[in-house]
Amino acid sequence: MKRDSLTRLSRTLQYTWVLALFVFIAAPMLVIIVFSFDANRFPTIPWGGFSLEWHRAIFNDEMVIDAFVNSAVVGLGTAVFSTLLGFAAAYIDYRWRFRGQSSFVLLVAIPPAVPATILGMAMLAFLSRVGLFGRTETIMACHVAIAASFAMAIIRLRLGELGADLEQAAWNLGASPFTALMRVVVPFCKPALIASFFLSAAVSFDEFMIAWFVGGVHETLPVRILNLLQGQVNPKINAIGTVVLVISITLVLVAQRFVGVKAGRTAATEPP
Amino acid sequence: MSDPFVSLQAVEKRFAGHHAVRGINLDIAAGEFIAIMGPSGCGKSTTLRLIAGLDEPTAGEIRIGGQSMKGIPAYQRDTPMVWQSLALFPFLSVADNVAFPLRMKKIGADSRRKRALEWLDRMGLAGMAERQVSQLSGGQRQRVAIARALVTEPSILLLDEPLSALDAHLRTRMQTELARLHRELRITFVYVTHAQSEAFALADRIVIMGDGVIQQVGKPQDVYREPVNAFVANFIGMNNLVSGQVLSSGADYVEVLSSHGAFKVPTAQPLQTGAPASFVVAGDRVSLTAEGTATDPHLPRIDGTVLGLEFVGSTQTVFVEVAGASEFRVQKQQHEIESLGLVPGRRVSLSWDPRHAWLLPQAA
Repeated sequence: MKRDSLTRLSRTLQYTWVLALFVFIAAPMLVIIVFSFDANRFPTIPWGGFSLEWHRAIFNDEMVIDAFVNSAVVGLGTAVFSTLLGFAAAYIDYRWRFRGQSSFVLLVAIPPAVPATILGMAMLAFLSRVGLFGRTETIMACHVAIAASFAMAIIRLRLGELGADLEQAAWNLGASPFTALMRVVVPFCKPALIASFFLSAAVSFDEFMIAWFVGGVHETLPVRILNLLQGQVNPKINAIGTVVLVISITLVLVAQRFVGVKAGRTAATEPP
Repeated sequence: MSDPFVSLQAVEKRFAGHHAVRGINLDIAAGEFIAIMGPSGCGKSTTLRLIAGLDEPTAGEIRIGGQSMKGIPAYQRDTPMVWQSLALFPFLSVADNVAFPLRMKKIGADSRRKRALEWLDRMGLAGMAERQVSQLSGGQRQRVAIARALVTEPSILLLDEPLSALDAHLRTRMQTELARLHRELRITFVYVTHAQSEAFALADRIVIMGDGVIQQVGKPQDVYREPVNAFVANFIGMNNLVSGQVLSSGADYVEVLSSHGAFKVPTAQPLQTGAPASFVVAGDRVSLTAEGTATDPHLPRIDGTVLGLEFVGSTQTVFVEVAGASEFRVQKQQHEIESLGLVPGRRVSLSWDPRHAWLLPQAA
């Protein structure tokens, strides 16, 4: 009897805690979304009625559109190159045993661990010296440095499920090592490749600090938002925030969908 | 063998700090079904991988079809293998798995699909072509793996413990299937296994490997009846090994003194008195009687205690503990066991026809 009510109390507290957590995280985002559709110029209560005015305004703001295009280009480029580099790094680590292997893995894994401010300043100092400062490609290169390490982690995990036999079986059946790589290893890693593509895009799309340091006149969307905020309070920010939020969450959700695919369900070696 | 199809000459394989294969010579005839057996770690799988080119020998030479395989990579050897793990491609359909080797040979899509379907049909998998590998049962996957290996019509098939993942019933069925395929295709099968029943049932010749070297090569019944050394005698679990010294040596027999007494064993050549000698008696050649009941006093005899019984189909293996904490294994039909009333703890006498004892040619 007593145990029952205790369990119920504990259960209630747990749910309350989780709910409070979600409210704490989600409420500010919800506020942004709600006020982006508010007819009022300043986010105040009561609500001034539904309006698409601010959304329309950002699509007419050339600087926002430019920033959005920059973000999209950088994000797409980052996704492509991080996935390629991440795959290469993961495959090297999976396939060969060599001296300095752990240092190699550490080298790939370290960039996200470095504070973005430090990384941004270092990049700025380095890139301005070699004359690459202030280009979208520069932002992309810096984002690749960070996102490639996530990509490698995801792809390496998947490669760990590829037994040694599968690739060797391909050689045994007449595939050259390169053909086996393209026809067996890459298809096997496909879910992880897709996941790392979208996650890398999301990492790049959200990244502010480095883009701000090295981008020069090329603003990405997060940089544009901050610059808007530094001026006067502008109701367009809520609208931009909503758009960014939707895109980021979509990217991450797509990535999640693929990273969660378990090998066991499709592997040939599954015990009967 | 005048013209071996596969020839291994003084082949060695060393891995970092580990000598997996220490110099083996083996000729395999075209169309032969050869089984390589041995305990785990004896180098049998490594030998298969060396033939397939998945590992390069550290020393020695491998020739296939008269051609040296030195420097020829695995993908140019045409030595398909059936893997213990099956190694089917999980992201391809059944038909695409079977067609994979044809695709690697740049055979057109229509033709390779047709040939893949033919092989699926032949392996009793008609209608499974579009399935995913994960939707198949263990036995069906096994057939897909075999079809995939044979679809290019190779002249050799390598099998690495292919049936070890199947249950006993399926294993027997697949064994029959493999025997049929070998009969029909008349190509060389090199079959690595640790299961004696598979090797003895299927192979023309058996290679027993131990400790990285070949211990014995021969027809199954020869290896079974006439092991060349104690390793083989022990590995073929149905043998009972008795070790001792030569007491006396006659024209066609030696008398071996062991801890169980002195026994006469036939031999081709006389041995020196006092030299170490071992002989084996196959488990199905030993007769059992209740202890003390009259047997021919001229026959060799050892007394012991029944330790336990183990079912092997219609026969049972009787484990008998004899002096010196050693053990005899004797195969008996079920009805013999019943009529003798063999239960653990019962005292029995073991005896055999001396002609059925086999003296190991190499000292143990």
